[in-house]
Amino acid sequence: METFLQLVVNGVGKGAVFALLALGFVVIFKATEVVNFAHGSLVLVGGYLVVVTRDSLGWVGAAVVGIVSAGLLALLVERLLLSRSKLADANSLALLTIGLDVIITEEIVRRLGVTVPFLGEAWDAQPIQVGGLTLFRTHLVAIGVGAVLVTAFFLAFRYSNWGVAMRAQAENREAAALMGIRSSRVTATAWLVAGLLAGVAVLFIATQDFSGSGLSRGTHSIALAAFPAAILGGLDSTAGAVVGGLVVGLTEALSAQYISFDFSKSAVFLVMLVVLVVRPSGLFGTRESTRV
Amino acid sequence: METTTPAPVATPPARRSTARPIRAAAWIALVVLLAALPLYIDTAWLKAGQYMMIGAVGAIGLTLLTGQAGQLSLAHAFFLLVGATGYTVLSGPTDDDRVIGLGLDPGLALIGAVVISALVGLAFAPVAGRLRGIYLGVASLSLVFLGLYFGQSLDALTGGTSTGRTPATFELFGFPFSNGGPEIELMGVPIRAAERIWYLFLILTAIAFLLARGAVRGRVGRSWRAVRDNEAAATAMGVGVARAKAGAFAVSSAFAGLAGVMTVLWFDILKPDESEYGTYGINVSIAFLAMVIIGGLGSVPGAVVGALIVHGLPQALTLFSGDLGWFSETGGGGLTPILVSSFIYGAAIVVVVLFEPGGLAAIGRRLTGLFRARPREITREETS
Repeated sequence: METFLQLVVNGVGKGAVFALLALGFVVIFKATEVVNFAHGSLVLVGGYLVVVTRDSLGWVGAAVVGIVSAGLLALLVERLLLSRSKLADANSLALLTIGLDVIITEEIVRRLGVTVPFLGEAWDAQPIQVGGLTLFRTHLVAIGVGAVLVTAFFLAFRYSNWGVAMRAQAENREAAALMGIRSSRVTATAWLVAGLLAGVAVLFIATQDFSGSGLSRGTHSIALAAFPAAILGGLDSTAGAVVGGLVVGLTEALSAQYISFDFSKSAVFLVMLVVLVVRPSGLFGTRESTRV
Repeated sequence: METTTPAPVATPPARRSTARPIRAAAWIALVVLLAALPLYIDTAWLKAGQYMMIGAVGAIGLTLLTGQAGQLSLAHAFFLLVGATGYTVLSGPTDDDRVIGLGLDPGLALIGAVVISALVGLAFAPVAGRLRGIYLGVASLSLVFLGLYFGQSLDALTGGTSTGRTPATFELFGFPFSNGGPEIELMGVPIRAAERIWYLFLILTAIAFLLARGAVRGRVGRSWRAVRDNEAAATAMGVGVARAKAGAFAVSSAFAGLAGVMTVLWFDILKPDESEYGTYGINVSIAFLAMVIIGGLGSVPGAVVGALIVHGLPQALTLFSGDLGWFSETGGGGLTPILVSSFIYGAAIVVVVLFEPGGLAAIGRRLTGLFRARPREITREETS
């Protein structure tokens, strides 16, 4: 029982990070119907800049630089590439992000070379013991930061002008544009927000407590595991992203313990497959229907 | 293409009679050139060419699925692994305690591996049939992760990640595609393993190409495109959507399986991946997708050209760099031929999506259109 509780705690801690990543996919998909395959590379860029600037700026300064740069890079990608290709449909733009992902990831991995630096130095000192449970600080901070960011996101989505514009655009792009919503601005902010979330997430991923390994190609593949989170929650559902993140975190933690460590990566994808077979648009996604 | 346009009365037969022989001559010249190459280029370049042909076979399969039938798949690397494992197990020696082998004739094993890949693809069809677009893309990605797991855990089949296992030498009616067997010389050039496998791959690629082109031009291809363009409309026209989708998945998997058999013959070892970035990993799925996008989604010749670029660049760069002293920087942070070609094909995807969604195939059509521009206008005037 104690092991199980411990696993659940770990799973939720990881799940909070996956939720942040999944939210990044969802924000972009909602605004533009584009699936951003380059999300993993945004994660890497954020982490890399933390590593580079850490010595001169200190951890907090470096973290800010990393987060902001990931956000700006996402914004740049949208402004320079995606917004210019009005002809291409959402699916080909998703393919375009695959190309981008290859370039950015290869470059960051090349720059890292053989070094695999850890990022989470501000807190991952000693785990805390509560009863029989070990609480990793990275997980605690991740849950805290995740909760704050997700709440802020939901509030903004519900009440701010940006949120209203975003929801209107997600509902019907043309109608929203006719009502005077600047679709380019909504799209750009969506990418910026997704990039910022990726920059935050990497601070937790490349730590001893979370993955046990530092920033490397492996970080990119952990970010890839947020894909099933976004999909099984439903690509156009923000609440789904959070639920999906937690499901992925728990699945990974539990299957690593009860089945095998090797299996845990596939387990996440298998759970997603099962969900998709039952509900093809994810748990909370909008169903597409066609009339014949 | 010409056959579908209503035949106008006067000049077109004359034009066709000149265009056909030119086209046929070009094909014959290409075949002669490819058949003669082993007599002139050395083993390293032959190996590079073989690698491009592996890419071509796989890319042809993926362009049918993703381009013609409109189903995004990132599972291609998984089916490569299925084909590679299928061949190795079917043709493997029966007396090895460590791994399972059925001792079949390698020719039969090749066919068996392709059939197995198709069946596995068919088994995924119920899932694929329910999903669309990106959802399918990510769902298919799960197969790559499953492949990674099976590669590690089913070491009686795959030989395990640490050692792998050696595939049986390919043989056809007792003729080995290795350095052994009868010694053959052609114009003073000994035909050994590299040359023999070149011809084997060339024939396999040609078969793949012709089958795919036949499918695209025929009834099957029409049903795939109907499903791609509008499922509801396809149903209304009497196309069995589920059947067409499942068929496309099975056919594409069969091509990938064949590419897998070729891969294991090329490396001469079956070695499952230790991480998801290996011979059968995500990066391979993406490389195949890159070939298909760069070539122009749905175009069979385009897929082949895409494969020449994506699989050819790292090989060619490696061979050239040896002579020219490029990429001499060693250790972490250096540029390698593989890295450089990743940059190039990553950029090529971006450029193609932004500027020429039809890919190289569209550019090719435009180029041939330049030469045809005048006669086409004349026919238009005459038909109107």
